[in-house]
Amino acid sequence: MNKVVNDFSIIVGTKNGSGSSTANTTILRAIFKMGIPVSGKNLFPSNIQGLPTWYTIRANKDGFLARREDQEIVIAMNPESFTRDLASVAIGGAFFYADDIKQPVTRADIAIYPMPVKQIVRGDPTIPNDFRDLVGNMVYVGVLSQMIGLDLETIHAALSFHFKGKQKPIDMNFNIVKASMEWAKANLEKKDPFYLETMNKTEGLIMADGNTAAAIGSIFGGVQFAAWYPITPASSLADALNDYFPILRKREDGKHTYAVIQAEDELAALGMAIGAGWSGLRSMTSTSGPGLSLMTEFAGLAYYAEVPVVVWDVQRIGPSTGLPTRTSQADLTFVNFIGHGDSQSIILLPGSVTECFEFGWKAFDIAEHQQTPVFVLSDLDIGMNQWMSKPFEYPTTRMNRGKVLWEKDLEALRGNWARYLDKDDDGVPYRTVPGNKHPAGAYFTRGTGHDEQARYTEEAPVFLRNMDRLKKKYETARSYVPAPVLYTTEGATVGIIGFGSTEAAILEAKHQLEMEHGIQADFMRIRALPFTQEVSDFVAKYDQIFVVEMNRDGQMNQILTIEYPQRAPYFKSVAYGDGMPASARWVREGILTRYTPNAGHNGSSNRAQTEPREAVQAAMASSNNTSGDQK
Amino acid sequence: MTQPLPMAGTPTNVNLAGLTKGDYRGNPSTLCQGCGHNSISNQIIAAMYELNVVPENVIKFSGIGCSSKSPTYFMNRSFGFNSLHGRMPSIATGALFGDHTLKGIAVSGDGDTASIGMGQFKHVMRRNVNMVYIIENNGVYGLTKGQFSATAERGLALKKQGSNPYMPIDICMEAVITNATFVARSFAGNAKQVKELLKAAMSHHGIAVLDIISPCVTFNNNETAYHSYAWGKDHEEPLHDITYIAPRNEIMLEAEMKEGEIREVALHDGSVVILKNLEKDYNPTDRFEAMRVLEEGQRNNWLATGLIYISTDKPTLAETYELVDTPLNRLQEQDLRPAPDMIDKVNALMF
Repeated sequence: MNKVVNDFSIIVGTKNGSGSSTANTTILRAIFKMGIPVSGKNLFPSNIQGLPTWYTIRANKDGFLARREDQEIVIAMNPESFTRDLASVAIGGAFFYADDIKQPVTRADIAIYPMPVKQIVRGDPTIPNDFRDLVGNMVYVGVLSQMIGLDLETIHAALSFHFKGKQKPIDMNFNIVKASMEWAKANLEKKDPFYLETMNKTEGLIMADGNTAAAIGSIFGGVQFAAWYPITPASSLADALNDYFPILRKREDGKHTYAVIQAEDELAALGMAIGAGWSGLRSMTSTSGPGLSLMTEFAGLAYYAEVPVVVWDVQRIGPSTGLPTRTSQADLTFVNFIGHGDSQSIILLPGSVTECFEFGWKAFDIAEHQQTPVFVLSDLDIGMNQWMSKPFEYPTTRMNRGKVLWEKDLEALRGNWARYLDKDDDGVPYRTVPGNKHPAGAYFTRGTGHDEQARYTEEAPVFLRNMDRLKKKYETARSYVPAPVLYTTEGATVGIIGFGSTEAAILEAKHQLEMEHGIQADFMRIRALPFTQEVSDFVAKYDQIFVVEMNRDGQMNQILTIEYPQRAPYFKSVAYGDGMPASARWVREGILTRYTPNAGHNGSSNRAQTEPREAVQAAMASSNNTSGDQK
Repeated sequence: MTQPLPMAGTPTNVNLAGLTKGDYRGNPSTLCQGCGHNSISNQIIAAMYELNVVPENVIKFSGIGCSSKSPTYFMNRSFGFNSLHGRMPSIATGALFGDHTLKGIAVSGDGDTASIGMGQFKHVMRRNVNMVYIIENNGVYGLTKGQFSATAERGLALKKQGSNPYMPIDICMEAVITNATFVARSFAGNAKQVKELLKAAMSHHGIAVLDIISPCVTFNNNETAYHSYAWGKDHEEPLHDITYIAPRNEIMLEAEMKEGEIREVALHDGSVVILKNLEKDYNPTDRFEAMRVLEEGQRNNWLATGLIYISTDKPTLAETYELVDTPLNRLQEQDLRPAPDMIDKVNALMF
């Protein structure tokens, strides 16, 4: 049997609320500390306790870390999902299960390893009764350690980190790991080919989740005010603000330069954030789709009254309550046009934990420069899962507080200024903020029609002038938002466009297309709306451009089509949204079913564009056996 | 914009802030002739002038509706935010964090507060945001031409609307229940009381709710209607005669104000409210009494006015956040962005 080293996936099936996340992140971190590229994704139900839940871990020596549909190693700790877990093991894979689950093990094409979880835990008299179930999860960590070579030292490092150096829980858990390892050594015979071996490919990297990165990035951006309302998967962003503010903005006098308020609902959360942004604070809120629906009215006000504020939308799948614990990219068109009437908003699209940090601070510069709301669309996958990441980098530019006039500025102007006057011909006017003591400093902000002096008016030409200026301001934003990231290939004939958390899946699919199908593709990951010049250049270049995204309707494709109507025939939407993080397989299949070989220059080949969503769906459905919400 | 000049021929009466009454004025009202809201705007101007308030130290807030247009009719030199229907409290809550030394004056209506905005109204009181929250209460939607509001009394008959089938919401009762720290009711027809209550509210530390019955002369002013001028005049039962005494002013009791007939309430800024007993002694620091007097008013068809409840020892929202002395919106990059070495520290905190 040929060894398979550092290239396989593990899935752990447990009961929600059983405390398995400690064990799962311990495995993830231990592999990371072994220098092996690794990703972990928690595929969990909307439930506090009792429903089946899964955690997938992918180790890959080449750094391909998207979710995979196939699992070589399956660990079954939950009787309820046992049959399904057993069926999901790839041929030639390994199946570990708690031996108190008395269900038939019916497969001969895989290695089977029963684990005496209860016996091992009971064998340690130091463990209090009510901790037995929790530390029981450490049994599979220890068994894996023996069977696939998960390093004991790095397990210990992971436990020390998890328990913040507290010796008692570290020892309690680590003792079970060791005992389980010993048990496996004495009782299990290795019958599978999977091994972990130390590498050096994670050196200098950190592990973090996007919500924490966003919060820390925001603090480095000088955020002063955050209002929020609890919602999955965004709550941990506000939690992280509360965790890191005291560390990062500690002052000797013990006083605070910031405030975090849990509002009564999302309407109030954005209302407060807009109030604070209006009065000159770097201000934000964080939410998900349902919250954003409630915030829409306020978003329109902030757009029209020109108030800077940063709104994080950690996307989950809708419509309505949808699947609250499943990831998505389906808020894009909604946010692009958020608010009634003519409006278009600036959107940032972080594709990694690093970018959550970077856009955390950058969003304030853009919002204050543009005097408008900036929406940052992350998603559950980036936001809540632990990712390998480059370390956070200190902001590379000074804060841009935008065009704010204080007393001395007004004195220099002799009080002559007008809130909504396009003085610099960029659509961005000047503003003052409350507390400005100059007698000509104040103005009256309103969501009603207003003239350059912010006075109420219903005059048609004045209204039009203002709306045109807002449009011009949006155009100005094109040169202030992050440019896309380009991955080019020698001799590329097609383009792929993606954004956000699909990057890993697209890069892997791009590699497979090249290696296995001889299709060379350039990949552009869009990082902001409005589109920058780089996006215009990219879409003009290829006669087949695959727009990959995790939603039903192909929303990025819709926006590209509006923006570049003359290029519409060349866009091919690869859209799929079932709540699961993107996999290389669905990206590849999606592209292949839409790919036209030997297409003429600029897409002169007219092969049917009505390529079948059904075919893609079928491909997805057959491979998609880890979705935790299917029964 | 330049500083408005006093009108030619008028004597310049300058207050302690160095300002004339003109400095407290706003644009001409576009509300109906005789609207109660206009007299309230006038009393705000008078109260602010007499209190020597610096307009730049005040932020005006409002929601949507006739009442919410009012902030354009007073204090043009103050910042103002005419926000969304029922959502003014959240805007004010956030905005007052920008500079904690500023005081908010919010104007809302009965629809804006007791219907669409009930949730935010409740929570702004719960948080004790440092502002005066005036409800210009007329029982009717004016801008949309005369529908019932949530404070309209049961049985009120309005043109096109028929008879109101629902019990009214009592704004003061809601405020007392929610632990608002200052709750008062007045009647736009009682200008002196409105002004004294406004002054007390401005000196209060925290949220000051003023429910002012402010008749709508166009849609709801039949003399039998609870929110009409005639009904208010006939049924007003002031709890006391209220006089506001500014800090530093010696309290001169009038001859007829005798020991035992008056009650003094000391406010946070050193000012004092003198409450002269009318028919009986009323203690506005007793929440139980406040509930009783509101319940009595409902049962007996009285319009009980005056300072219904006050609590002077609760921290404001900004205080609970222990902010730096410098207004947050004047902090600089070095105060807000952690030092470069903190990035290594934070990376070390990650796994």
